[in-house]
Amino acid sequence: MSVNRTELLKEKGEQMQNYNTIILSNQEVSPGYFRMRILAPGFGAKARSGQFLMFRVQHLLLPLLRRPFGIFRVGLLPPDCEGMPPKEYVEILYKVVGGGTRIMSELHHGDHVELLGPLGNGFTSGAVKKVKILVGGGIGLVPLYMLASELVTQSPVRLLMGGRTRDDILAVTEFERLGVETYVSTDDGSLGEEGMVTEALKRKLVRFPDAEVYACGPMPMLKAVRDICYKRGVSLQVSLEAHMACGVGACLGCVVKGAAHTEETPQYLCCCKAGPVFMAETLDWGKIDTDDKSCGGCA
Amino acid sequence: MTTSKMANLKRPNLSVEVAGIKMRNPVMPASGTFGYGEEYTPFLDLNQLGAVVTKGLSLRPKAGNAMPRITETVSGMLNAIGLQNVGIDAFIRDKVPFLSRFETPVIVNFFGNSLEEYGEVAARLNDISAIAGVELNISCPNVKQGGIVFGTDPAAASEVVSLVRSRLQKPLIVKLTPNVTDITVIARAVEEAGADAICCINTLTGMSIDVRSRKPSLANKTGGLSGPAIRPVAVRMVYQVAQTVKIPVIGVGGIVNAMDALEFLIVGATAVQVGTANFIDPTAMISVIDGIEQFCIDEGMDDIHQLIGSLQL
Repeated sequence: MSVNRTELLKEKGEQMQNYNTIILSNQEVSPGYFRMRILAPGFGAKARSGQFLMFRVQHLLLPLLRRPFGIFRVGLLPPDCEGMPPKEYVEILYKVVGGGTRIMSELHHGDHVELLGPLGNGFTSGAVKKVKILVGGGIGLVPLYMLASELVTQSPVRLLMGGRTRDDILAVTEFERLGVETYVSTDDGSLGEEGMVTEALKRKLVRFPDAEVYACGPMPMLKAVRDICYKRGVSLQVSLEAHMACGVGACLGCVVKGAAHTEETPQYLCCCKAGPVFMAETLDWGKIDTDDKSCGGCA
Repeated sequence: MTTSKMANLKRPNLSVEVAGIKMRNPVMPASGTFGYGEEYTPFLDLNQLGAVVTKGLSLRPKAGNAMPRITETVSGMLNAIGLQNVGIDAFIRDKVPFLSRFETPVIVNFFGNSLEEYGEVAARLNDISAIAGVELNISCPNVKQGGIVFGTDPAAASEVVSLVRSRLQKPLIVKLTPNVTDITVIARAVEEAGADAICCINTLTGMSIDVRSRKPSLANKTGGLSGPAIRPVAVRMVYQVAQTVKIPVIGVGGIVNAMDALEFLIVGATAVQVGTANFIDPTAMISVIDGIEQFCIDEGMDDIHQLIGSLQL
């Protein structure tokens, strides 16, 4: 009567796994922003753009909980010696915003860590050949890189990247190398155009009214992007972040309000399971808390 | 090889019986940290656990509290989920068939918004053969009628336990709150009212402030503190309760590894629950089970009962 676990996983199509692994590199790429490459055999084949992982500094209880991070990219490194398989890695990009990310920023090559993933629902590709506009605010650009690398094979892709200053603009050349047209705007004009990334979006949508939009960034930016797309009937997928303890739908700590939410019949969706990527129309934008202290960059 | 050395090579017996529920080992998840079991099957085999304890269920689905619902504190976390759950009907329809595929006993945690609701849920659960026992939550600090009103007053606790007892033939575990002056008074009341076992402790009510915005970190203002920070409090209360009642006690509060679990067993808990640690390491309970077994082997014990209540004073 008892069920075999291997069969069960196959039946459920579960892909996530806990990796006990090591850091390959951890470098500061812009003031306060780090890029960590972690050895993760088999991770790349399973990961889809928009998914995330839960990161833990192994064996330490400080910080206590894992931290969620969007997957920036996956890739292969040549093996250490001939005859060995290439080394598979996953990369995350993070901003130091609190105690947890400060500890992470002090880790080095060879340090043991754990990661749980890939988790959550990723982006869907949309219509082939239709122009794709990706909107990234600060560290919100993280999940867009893998997405761009998937989309460029079938559609023209444009990236609109916004930040407070030039220090918040990351990895733009890497997007360009994929063949993505990139536009940068900063609040202080220190790089690209001075102003909000949403102004650039409005202009692009005049030129490409059929475009499909994908966005990740601070909640006020997402809300503005949503309003722009909603008014124009443009398809929008957003990647959200939330405080999260488990990442697998057990703690129910990371919920957002769904479109059907009312005070009498609340509809809460788990960011980790139903998201982190949502079609904009499935969320309740009127009531999503825009007071959230901007995107903390998965602290 | 001598007989005694042969005996040492045998795997120690870890099986325990709590409230009439036979468990292959004394380790189970704490309600609310393990979903409905299914969430963790990618990481561990439910058949390896002593029991599965579900998220707290109510008569009707419950949406839970506003966000933010969780925040990390020093060696702990504060949560105010608000008992979000699918409701008893959806649980029976959607979750029980999955759970009944395992050998592991299923313990259903539940609560009511009123005395009547407690009784009604108990009656519904009593009819489900796949459920080994129930855990009556009279201790959630995060909703107005989440049970804590029943859990902080011995007369009210006695009343709700008696009512549930009258509607339920299955093993009845009662989960107590630490947010009382003297937990032994409540423990004695629920034992007298017919509980088969006591589970303690639920979370400690706490509060955390975002100093920049001057707002509470949680939308609910206060939340329940869990994690290693509360373990010494939990061990003390389990010790006190185990001294007070004759029924078995399940110890819970901040267990991360086997050594933590052993503290609870030594002060008199027959079994333990692992909570917040499941979030940190989805395989934490397996490590706890393996570690308890290894400890028994190292100490030359062939049965876990040699450890339970072995406190030396």
